[in-house]
Amino acid sequence: MTDEVLLWQALNKAMDIEMAADNSVFTMGEDVGLYGGSYRVTEGLYAKYGEWRVRDTPISEGGFTGLGVGAAMVGMRPVIEIMTINFALLALDAIINMATKIPFMSGGQFPMPLVIRVPGGVAKQLAAQHSQRLEHTLMNVPGLRIAVPSTPQDAWWQLRQAIQSNEPVIILEHELLYFSKGPLDMALEAPPMHRAAVRRAGSALTLISYSRTAILAQQAADKLAEDGIDIEVIDLRSLSPIDWQTCIDSVSKTHHLLIVEEDCGFSGAGAELAATLSERCFYELDAPVQRHTGLDLPTPYNGTLEAASIPTVSSIINAVKQII
Amino acid sequence: MERDILKAMLKDMLLARAFEERAAYEYTQGNIAGFLHLYPGEEAVAVGVLHASEPGDYVVSTYREHVHALVRGVPPGKVMAELFGRKDGCSGGMGGSMHLFDQQRRFMGGYGIVGETYPVSTGIAYAIAMRNLPEAVICFFGDGAVNQGTFHESLNMAALWNLPVLFICENNRYQIGTEIHRHSKVTEVYKRACGYKIPAEQVNGMDVMEVYKATQSALLRIREGTGPQFLEIETYRFRGHSMADPGSYRPKVEVQAFKDEDPVTVMLQDSIPEYPDAEKISAVGRDNIEHLSNHMHRENLINPEDIEQMKKQVNEIVEQAVQYAAASPEPSMDDAWSALNCNRGQEVLI
Ligand SMILES: Cc1ncc(C[n+]2csc(CCOP(=O)(O)OP(=O)(O)O)c2C)c(N)n1
Ligand SMILES: [Mg+2]
Repeated sequence: MTDEVLLWQALNKAMDIEMAADNSVFTMGEDVGLYGGSYRVTEGLYAKYGEWRVRDTPISEGGFTGLGVGAAMVGMRPVIEIMTINFALLALDAIINMATKIPFMSGGQFPMPLVIRVPGGVAKQLAAQHSQRLEHTLMNVPGLRIAVPSTPQDAWWQLRQAIQSNEPVIILEHELLYFSKGPLDMALEAPPMHRAAVRRAGSALTLISYSRTAILAQQAADKLAEDGIDIEVIDLRSLSPIDWQTCIDSVSKTHHLLIVEEDCGFSGAGAELAATLSERCFYELDAPVQRHTGLDLPTPYNGTLEAASIPTVSSIINAVKQII
Repeated sequence: MERDILKAMLKDMLLARAFEERAAYEYTQGNIAGFLHLYPGEEAVAVGVLHASEPGDYVVSTYREHVHALVRGVPPGKVMAELFGRKDGCSGGMGGSMHLFDQQRRFMGGYGIVGETYPVSTGIAYAIAMRNLPEAVICFFGDGAVNQGTFHESLNMAALWNLPVLFICENNRYQIGTEIHRHSKVTEVYKRACGYKIPAEQVNGMDVMEVYKATQSALLRIREGTGPQFLEIETYRFRGHSMADPGSYRPKVEVQAFKDEDPVTVMLQDSIPEYPDAEKISAVGRDNIEHLSNHMHRENLINPEDIEQMKKQVNEIVEQAVQYAAASPEPSMDDAWSALNCNRGQEVLI
């Protein structure tokens, strides 16, 4: 049965069903309880599951993310919400030095069923310290899975898969997507958590993106189609691991590749995609791989400059037209 | 206390209130965007502390810092223009509400990440101590911010090395929607400083004169070279955490009880506000009783005509600030790149 829901509601339902199914699932973060979460993802859960399972924390990101690591080592399934990715910088030791290293350093003795949920991205004039994207840093951490849902359906699937997984998973949620609507079929079987989705089939060019820019890319593709330009759009859904085969199959068909991301281009997720796909699709490509990314600039507060610092539907259309 | 100081503080408090209420209005008109954290209710803290400081002292503040900047002397037009994201803003339109900076006035920034003001302050203080100067650093932070690791790390270093930092906790009892008893085991924040042997006291932030006096003596001790000092100033914000937050998690009687003690009204009124009944008081907690009893002992020193005059003046100042902001152009992308590369000089990048 398919419902139209907002993305935050899909996450909320996923939390609820997993918490109901397994007592070892608990969530923790700033204002997740009484207040219901900054983006409403934990709304109603405090009343239903009580304060031990839905815990409001002090502003101690390093401390409570590390706490999640400890709890996961002894079989709990913590879902840590860090209020935004900008504050996750204070928890990087727990994520990078602890969550991903302990299972390895111990020679494989410990499970790490830790989920870290983090809103992020450029929203509306939140200025340089509140508009960051951290995928570049996180992708460089072996042993960490990174999910980047862009639709309510994916948010529902991937959060549930993350909670059930024994690996540390970080879910990057885009702040501007929480209130976007889409179909949710709770009975539909989930694809593997890292499987990329071909959102639109096309023949002229492969456009690979993720999170909010994947939505913009589909809008750009629809407009291009009106001009008779037919491109294929891939939404990665996962940044680590990456579903290379879906990307390679598409490039082998279109022979042109454009990568679109909101993050700064320098050393970003797009750099990894461009490098690997150049290596693996060299003989299939009719033109050099191109990237269209955010500027290598901290996000300005001024609204006009902020908008000019990241890809838009029209800038994506231009980028496509420069290739074909 | 001297009449002139009192009048100057009252004027700044009125300006602060008028400026912030106007900012809220401009936000609803779409002239200001993003996170807008306002200060009504807390004026006595910034005003009392900064009036007791010297122009040579440095100020480090949070994202709720418009009033700190104004009292420090950053022109209201420059602050409003920054809120509008314009080129003539004190951060050139790059920072916005949470990131006001004014090097000339030693206003060392508004920081958006909770817990950043401590290390910046200890760093400035380290430089002051190395150079043997008579200056001090005033470090602002909220009650929620004391549970960040940098608090403990920085207090220890400041104490260990005798750094001239005045730590000012603006305790408004809330960390967004989380009330202090739900975020801290020790809710009398000043007690935490004793773990680092930093002299600390609790001050009634509803009374600007108390804040002024406490700051004055703390700064005196700092200038004598005895190292950091700590003041926990009890206050209350009347609005939500930011314009995005309706603040509905707070009991109505609590908000009302604190409004009865509004530091601006306290300065203005001769009359003692109606004492809330026992039920209201217990709903609010015992700190509020202290506020009220302090208030009852306070004397009025203000002339009503002066007040009317001042109110007119501050409204005029705020109106001009808005006009200045609205007339200022938007920054260009070149301005953004030069801000990023401001320390690169003429180096040609390949
Ligand atoms: C490291 C970090 N975590 C979380 C936040 C989100 N946040 C912004 S203000 C705030 C509450 C701060 O409360 P307090 O220190 O009491 O200051 P107040 O806003 O009450 O003045 C939170 C959680 C942040 N900005 N930085
Ligand atoms: Mg507070």
